[in-house]
Amino acid sequence: MNAQTEKKPIIEMHNIRKTYGPVIALAGVSIKIYPGECHCLLGDNGAGKSTFIKTMSGVVKPTEGDIIVGGNVQNFENPRDAMEAGIATVHQHLAMIPLMSVSRNFFLGNEPTKKIAGIQFYDREKADHETMEAMRKMGINLRGPDQAVGTLSGGERQTVAISRAVHFGAKVLILDEPTSALGVRQTSNVLATIDKVRKEGVAVVFITHNVRHALAVGDRFTVLNRGTTHGTAERGGITPEALQDLMAGGQELASLEGSLGGTV
Amino acid sequence: MSNETTTGNDERVNEMSSFRNALIRPELGGIIGTIAVFAVFIFLAGDSGMFSVQGVMNWSVVSAQFMIIAVGACLLMIAGEFDLSVGSMIGFAGMLIAIFGVTFGWPMWMAIILTFVICMAIGALNGLICIRTGLPSFIVTLAFLFILRGFTIFLPQTIERKTIIGGIREAAEGDWLSIVFGGKILQGLFIYLGDLGVIAVFSRGTRAGQPVVDGIPMLIVWALALVIFGHILLTKTRFGNWVFASGGDAEAARNSGVPVSKVKILMFMFTAFCATVFATCQVMEFGSAGADRGLLKEFEAIIAVVIGGALLTGGYGSVIGAALGALIFGVVQQGLFFAGVESSLFRVFLGVILLGAVILNTYIRRLITGER
Repeated sequence: MNAQTEKKPIIEMHNIRKTYGPVIALAGVSIKIYPGECHCLLGDNGAGKSTFIKTMSGVVKPTEGDIIVGGNVQNFENPRDAMEAGIATVHQHLAMIPLMSVSRNFFLGNEPTKKIAGIQFYDREKADHETMEAMRKMGINLRGPDQAVGTLSGGERQTVAISRAVHFGAKVLILDEPTSALGVRQTSNVLATIDKVRKEGVAVVFITHNVRHALAVGDRFTVLNRGTTHGTAERGGITPEALQDLMAGGQELASLEGSLGGTV
Repeated sequence: MSNETTTGNDERVNEMSSFRNALIRPELGGIIGTIAVFAVFIFLAGDSGMFSVQGVMNWSVVSAQFMIIAVGACLLMIAGEFDLSVGSMIGFAGMLIAIFGVTFGWPMWMAIILTFVICMAIGALNGLICIRTGLPSFIVTLAFLFILRGFTIFLPQTIERKTIIGGIREAAEGDWLSIVFGGKILQGLFIYLGDLGVIAVFSRGTRAGQPVVDGIPMLIVWALALVIFGHILLTKTRFGNWVFASGGDAEAARNSGVPVSKVKILMFMFTAFCATVFATCQVMEFGSAGADRGLLKEFEAIIAVVIGGALLTGGYGSVIGAALGALIFGVVQQGLFFAGVESSLFRVFLGVILLGAVILNTYIRRLITGER
């Protein structure tokens, strides 16, 4: 990261408020996302993480506050608007079809076509070739482009989903708890993928409630707690213990930690 | 899950034998079945005339009938839906053509086109109801099975006071569109082959000297054309990708920007189109429309598709497989007749092969998805 990119956030969420009737889900949250950085969004269940990323990806409209993309205030009416602005979300439940091959999944909805005798045909060779290329870059060795997604491990599926988003021009990648259901080795693969994507200049918003996963790849850390944020810390500017405390609201956990040996 | 290696994949490549690779092709069951069925009947009925020109034409026509409806059912099943109203649709479409063309005396081409429009609209309605209500297509189309069959009996009874309307052949005389469904092609070739003595000719009667088979019925042409169209659509176009995706996981497909509702409704319409092609060919051949036509055809179509390797749950299958399933069907049904076996055993065979195919498909599905 050089100083120039540091100065210009690719997306800025300014004082986002979201209320559902009397319930305040977000009480004014501001963060800045920079290209080539992994911004970790931490928080316990019910902290407002989901609502916050939904406003960012256009699924819900904030009650108040501005979303500034590349210096312009944006009003996302629906997820498609956000996608067009380069914001892609990789959901916990992936948009992947287990029975279909990796390459068909990779290009689903964006299939390359070639014209033969005036009729548009699916360009399988191109799709296969580009898929293998993209997978190799992410360090996944496929048996072949026609391998079914169902045979991939959970971590590999995450990686396919991430590299698909990047391939189709995502500038901001929102990962919604990509490691929550994974084993140790698969988690490390996904974290490695995040690192690769970040190095390509993509901004990653990494939602997790696991402090160790966050610290492994994060450049900045924002902790959400009960709809508010306690500001953003930079890498090296915060200890794991402090981060954990912030997530739990500084209560009880401190005393619990002693008995659990700091493994929470 | 955690004991899987995700970095060093080489040892897993070895695990995948070429046999398993072949096994996960949906057509495999169909190919094996076709070979087995032909082997059995060459052995059982090889000298009964089953493999003479007449015999071949006999089971080819029956297979082609199954094929026409199997293509529609196949694409629809891959898109994740069923249509149980296919059989009733066949009866209904035939009856509409008879009523328009004979009772009303409209030109046959107009009757046929109008019937296609009405039937495809009903197909679209089937799809629309399934999509809008989220009900399983199994139930929605079961309702249409009864609704359409009811109308197929009610309409001719009310209008003509009978349940069979004849005189279609006379009404279709010289009609350009009727020939597309009821005509024959390559007649010259067959006369030539008859003259050469390659195929048998009639030795007596009014048609003495003419070949016993005087051309390839349009029914077979339609069957092959639909199979080729369906196969190309499914495997070689982006729409085909969407069909697989819609059946594999509709929600995931929507998230990827696939117009799932549109795909499914179009496939319902295509199924209705296939049923109407079947019905039109049939009324042109028989010269009449009957209220009981097409009975149980929906199940026969589904069975052919399942034998062809498609999964009942959608998202996986092959049109070529379904066509082979239909071929197996036709060969066995007619072959039992040639072999002199009691034809009721055909149903026993159907049940057994259906069960076998479904079990095989489930096993294949586990292989593909890695479920245990």
